[in-house]
Parts: sequence; structure tokens; C-alpha cells
Amino acid sequence: MSTTAQLVQGHHDPTLQHHFHTKEQQFETSKLGMWLFLATEILLFGGLFVGFALMQQKYPQAFLLAHHHLDRSLGALNTVVLLLSSFTMVMAVWAAQTSRKKLLVWLLLATMACAFIFLGVKYFEYSHKFHEGLLPGKFYSHKGDTVPNQFVFFSFYFMMTGLHGIHILGGIGAIGWLVIRALKGDFDANYYTPVDLIGLYWHLVDLIWIYLFPLLYLIQ
Amino acid sequence: MAAVAHVPAQAHAQTNYLNAQKGVWSWMTTVDHKRIGIMYLSLISTSFFLGGIFALLIRLSLLNPKHMVFGKVIFDAETYNRIFTLHGVVMVFLFIIPSIPAALGNFVLPLMLGAKDVAFPRLNLLSLYIYFVGAVFGIAAMVTGGVDTGWTFYTPYSTTTNSQVTLMTMAAFILGFSSIFTGLNFIATIHKLRAPGMGWFQMPLFCWGIYATAIIQVLATPVLGITLVLLMLERSFQIGIFDPRIGGDPVLFQHFFWFYSHPAVYIMILPGMAIISEIIPTFSQKTIFGYRSIAFSSVAIALVGFLVWGHHMFVSGQSPLASVIFSFLTFLVAIPSGIKIFNWLATMWRGNIKLDAPMLYAISFLLLFSIGGLTGIFLGALSVDIHLTDTYFVVAHFHYVMMGGTVIAFIAGLHYWWPKMTGRMYSEKIARVACALTFIGFNVTFMSQFLLGSRGMPRRYYNYLDQFQPLHAFSTYGSWILGAGLGLTAICLLSSLRKAPDAPRNPWGGRTLEWTTQSPPIEHNFDVDPVLTHGPYDYRKPLPVEVEA
Repeated sequence: MSTTAQLVQGHHDPTLQHHFHTKEQQFETSKLGMWLFLATEILLFGGLFVGFALMQQKYPQAFLLAHHHLDRSLGALNTVVLLLSSFTMVMAVWAAQTSRKKLLVWLLLATMACAFIFLGVKYFEYSHKFHEGLLPGKFYSHKGDTVPNQFVFFSFYFMMTGLHGIHILGGIGAIGWLVIRALKGDFDANYYTPVDLIGLYWHLVDLIWIYLFPLLYLIQ
Repeated sequence: MAAVAHVPAQAHAQTNYLNAQKGVWSWMTTVDHKRIGIMYLSLISTSFFLGGIFALLIRLSLLNPKHMVFGKVIFDAETYNRIFTLHGVVMVFLFIIPSIPAALGNFVLPLMLGAKDVAFPRLNLLSLYIYFVGAVFGIAAMVTGGVDTGWTFYTPYSTTTNSQVTLMTMAAFILGFSSIFTGLNFIATIHKLRAPGMGWFQMPLFCWGIYATAIIQVLATPVLGITLVLLMLERSFQIGIFDPRIGGDPVLFQHFFWFYSHPAVYIMILPGMAIISEIIPTFSQKTIFGYRSIAFSSVAIALVGFLVWGHHMFVSGQSPLASVIFSFLTFLVAIPSGIKIFNWLATMWRGNIKLDAPMLYAISFLLLFSIGGLTGIFLGALSVDIHLTDTYFVVAHFHYVMMGGTVIAFIAGLHYWWPKMTGRMYSEKIARVACALTFIGFNVTFMSQFLLGSRGMPRRYYNYLDQFQPLHAFSTYGSWILGAGLGLTAICLLSSLRKAPDAPRNPWGGRTLEWTTQSPPIEHNFDVDPVLTHGPYDYRKPLPVEVEA
């Protein structure tokens, strides 16, 4: 069998998988895979953005009135929180690259904390909407609308922020996993691929919010 | 072509990927691309069988306008709607989209590149499991009442019918992820795991075809995913996007759906073309003609394919200007397709042609795909389409491309790589008979549908006028010949498994890397990592001796 071939090539590094020749090749492959995955994420959200744009064009007045129910200051607060989390994440990648293992753990925890704050704020926003009956589709029960079809805006509001929220939850899980591995000391200058890749993912989640905030909260 | 060194032929028929580890668990947890390919192959073949049964039932039901078989009505209209929907959904989502890439591509692509595995072996296994989960959802939808919308799930019918639309769209949504992960994996594999010495233009053309396919899988499938989610939410919560009753736009669904599903037909046909690009040079023993133009035409089809979705909607009420642009872009696709056909013919010209089963299928492909492609031009022409839209002409065109193209190419590839995958040679004689039956049966079934369609027989209708009965009956008889041909193919291939392994390394005299390793290959594919020194279709020099084994 190919054990001889493997020995000849000296696959001793446990972080190098059997089908790669070098660590650079492995790293670049993983990174390419992550970028491709992010492309699929953009297209997934892309469908919602296109749907929103078309529906807004169809019911401009309804969308304008409906968006006044959103709290701009809470949205802005969440934007700042996510931007801060992107900063701590990029610092975490740097800490891994430079083998600062303790700092890495703290920065990852800070990123997670920001993510939880974001979800906490979102919880307050959502419960306020629930209370007023500003809900998607057939659950919409807000009284006193002067323009019909405002429920369409809230359908999109909940789908877009909901899908984004699911991605935040996924990010929390992934970063939590990074924390556990970082505590074990798995990451250093020699091997930090997962930190780098999840960092990329986290920036995309942040970026999507950067588009969602003006789109939903700042309609003119 | 050219691996640097080879272990002597004694290593042959000893350990291989099939017997290196034993037991069901070793299969379920494997990350070996070859085993995953084999498991995909068995699952999609089962789906093909199931979809084929539905197809035979549709044809049987249409044998006469009263749907009488042996004096009894075989299906009422509602059951009939469910049967043709299930035929479409099973064939499209469970069979043809994963067929070549996930089954044959998984097996062959890393071997062709001289790699030990795909870029992300565990993701590969995950995609298989996701496929399985999607299939379970699909079967759940079938046994709990089925779906009657057609495979296109058009709104507003799909948001109001009480059949199992939600479960079935859930199945398609899940299957989409399996397809995305396969595509993502293959792009990374092709970019990063080519053997030393293999530049982009030393890759076998199969890899170019799979690469173009993978781009579409990655970029188009997420849009289908979100579309199906929107459809499910519209059905469950009336979110107001597709249903006109509550202010939605049903044509928007069609745009979203075809933005994926038109590129998806290139997900289906490009891998078929990729297989033909391998078989024709091998069985002509001649360098491929126009390597670069075939390679680039695959990419061109993938890219232009994103811009033609509106030709499914010429009668939907979209703007006439949009229709004109979509029609023009549709004609553009004919150029790269034509380039391929003529390059294949030029490859065969003055070649040393051997008419073994894979080549017979490849030649069938050339004939059938040309008919399918040319009738596509009829449908892409605006005024002609208004007459032909939603008739059997469309059904026949689609089947000439998808069945006459992709499925025939899939069977060609299956015969071509069968010795490599299983270590067994099948009976050439039976394979040729099966090929002939399939070819004849196919043409009898679908040529008659071109006539039906041009005379105005609408697709999907349960009832039809008596004047269409002879052609419908003719088509049904054809489906029986076709079924017999495919059944014989299955018998031919499966019965070879009962023999002792007898396949040499390179039964067809191919020049690509998969033929330099033993049949079936060892777990890590090559005894020594190959280094490429010759092009993939270099037939000027004789084969290195050890490769002939």
C-alpha cells in the first residue's frame, strides 16, 4: 500500500492532511474553499435583497411608513457592536498568527460577547414588534394603518434579520469551538487556518448587516 | 502519459480501495473519494430507476385517451398529475444533477488530476449524507400524498394546492446544499491539487467540464435555496411575495426559479459533454481537436447560461424588450455548443475508431444532442416559441438534451470507467445490444413527441384529442424498448461483478492519469505521486510498457 510513499514524503506534521503536499497548499486550498462558501452566502442573501428591492418598488409608500416602526438608534447601536466585533476578530487572527495564545482566547471571547450583545438588542427589538403586531405575513395585526401592504415590509424585515441572526448564532457556535481549541493551545504561527477562515465568515456576517441597516432602517 | 515510476504489475489485483478496509462502518465513515463516488452511484441509480418507473407509468397511462389498460382506468387526473411531477422532481433533483459530477466525477476527477483525494474529503462525505437526508424528505413527500405542481413549483398554484409542496421543496432545498458542497470541493480540487507539471491546459477536458459545472453549482444553487424558502414561507405564512391574492408577484417566482434552473440544465449537460471529450479521443486514438476551444466553450456555456433564464418566460407577460434580449442571448449558447460538436467530429476524422460500447454511446450522444440543441433554437425564437411553448415539442427537446445528451453520456462514462471502478470488464456484446435498444427506444419515444407538439398537443395534459392517439401510442411503445435497453444495460454491468477481477490498468488505451494506476485503484490512488510529462491526449508516442499491464 501507499504507506511507503507516505513515509518517503514525510507526512509527520499532524496538522497536514494526507492528500496535501505542503502546508501552504493546504492553507490556500482551505482559504479558497471558504471564499467560495462566502460567495454562496452572498447569493443566498442576494435573493432576499432582490425581492426586497422589487417589493419596495411596488409598494414604496407602505415600505416608507412601515420602516418608521423600526428603532434607528438600536439599529445604529447594533451596527457599532458588530463593527467592534469585527475588529476584535481581526485582532484574534493576528494573535494566532503571532502565537499570542492567551490574547487569542480573550479576543475570541470579546467577539463572542459582542455577538451576544447584538442578539440581546435584537431580542428587545423583536419583542417590541411582537407586542405591536408588526409581524410577517398572516400574523400581521397592527391597527390603524393608512396604507395597505405594510406587512410585506415586515415579512422581509423578519426574513432578512432572521436569516442574519441565524448566521450570528452559527458564528457564536464556530467561535465557541475556536475558544475551546485555543484553550488547548492548538493555534500558533504554525497552524491557525480555522481562526483565519472563521474570521472571514464573521466579517461577511458583519458586512451583510452593514447593508441591512441602511436598507431597512434608513429608507428615505 | 506519464507517471514517473510504477510498481510492477504484480501489485495488481491485491489491495485496492474496495478491500483495504472492511465492513459497513468503514464505508459509512470513509473519506475516500472513490468510495463516496460508488455510494453516490448506487443512490442515484436507485433514483434513476424510481424516476424511470414513473416515466413508464406516465407513458402507459397515455397509451389511449381514456387511460384504459386491460379494461380499467389506470390513473385518474389527479394521480396522473402527481406521477408526472414525481417523475420530474426525482429525475432532476435526485438523479440528473448529482449524476455525473457526484458519482463519476467524484471517482475520476482526483485520479485524472493525479491527486490522492478531493480538496475537502470530509465535506465530500457530508455532501453524500445531505443528499441522503434530502432523498428521505423527498420520499416522505411522495408517500404522504405526493406533489401535483410539476417539478417547477409555479406559483400561485404551488402556494394554494394542498399536496405536499412544503415537504418536497424542503427536499430540493436540502439537496441543493449537497450540490453546492460538491461543486465547491471540485473547484478547490482543480485549483490546488493538480499533479506537478499539470498546468490548466494539460488538464483532461473532463476536468474543464466539471470545473464549469462546479461554478454554476456554487453560484446558482443558493438562489434556488432562498427561492424555495420564500415559497415555503409564502405557503405557510402568506408573506406576500409570490401570491397575487395578497399583493405578491407570481412572475417574480418564475424569474427566481429560472435564475437557478436554467443554469441548472447546464449543470446537467456540461458534465455529459465533459465525458464525451474523453471518450472520443480515446476511441479514435487521436489527439483531441481544438483543446482550448473545447475548454473555453465549457466556461462560456457556464457564463452565458446565467443570462438566458428569461427564455422560459416568453409567454409570462415579461417585457417584450427583455424577451428579445433573452432570445438573442439564447442563440449565443448555440455557438460554444456547436464548437464542441465540430471539434469532436474533427477529432474522429481520420482517427483509428474503435466501436466499443462507450464510443457507441458517444456517437449516439452526438446525434441526439445535435437534435436536442437544434430544436432548442426553434424554442429560443420568439415567434416560434409562442406556438410551441408548453407543448410536447418542449418535452421532446428537453428529453433529447437531458436524456439523449446527459443520460447517454452518463452511461457512456459508466461503461468507460466501469473497469477502473470495479476491476471488471463487462460483456461487450450485451453492452452493444443494450446501446442499440436504448438508442432506438429513445428515438421512438421522443421523436413522436416532436410531432405531437408541433401539432398542438399541450404538455402535462391528462386528456387529449383522439387524433393524437397513434403518436401517443407510438411513443409509449418506444418507452418499452427504451426501458428494455436500460434494463439490459443494468444487467450487463451488474452481472460483470460476479466474475473475478479481470480488468487491466488501461483497457481502452487512454492517455489520462487514471489509466496509469491499477484497476481498481489503491486507497491513495497512486503508488507514487505522479508527475506529468505529456499532454492528456498525446497519442503520437506509444504507451509506456508498464501502463499497458
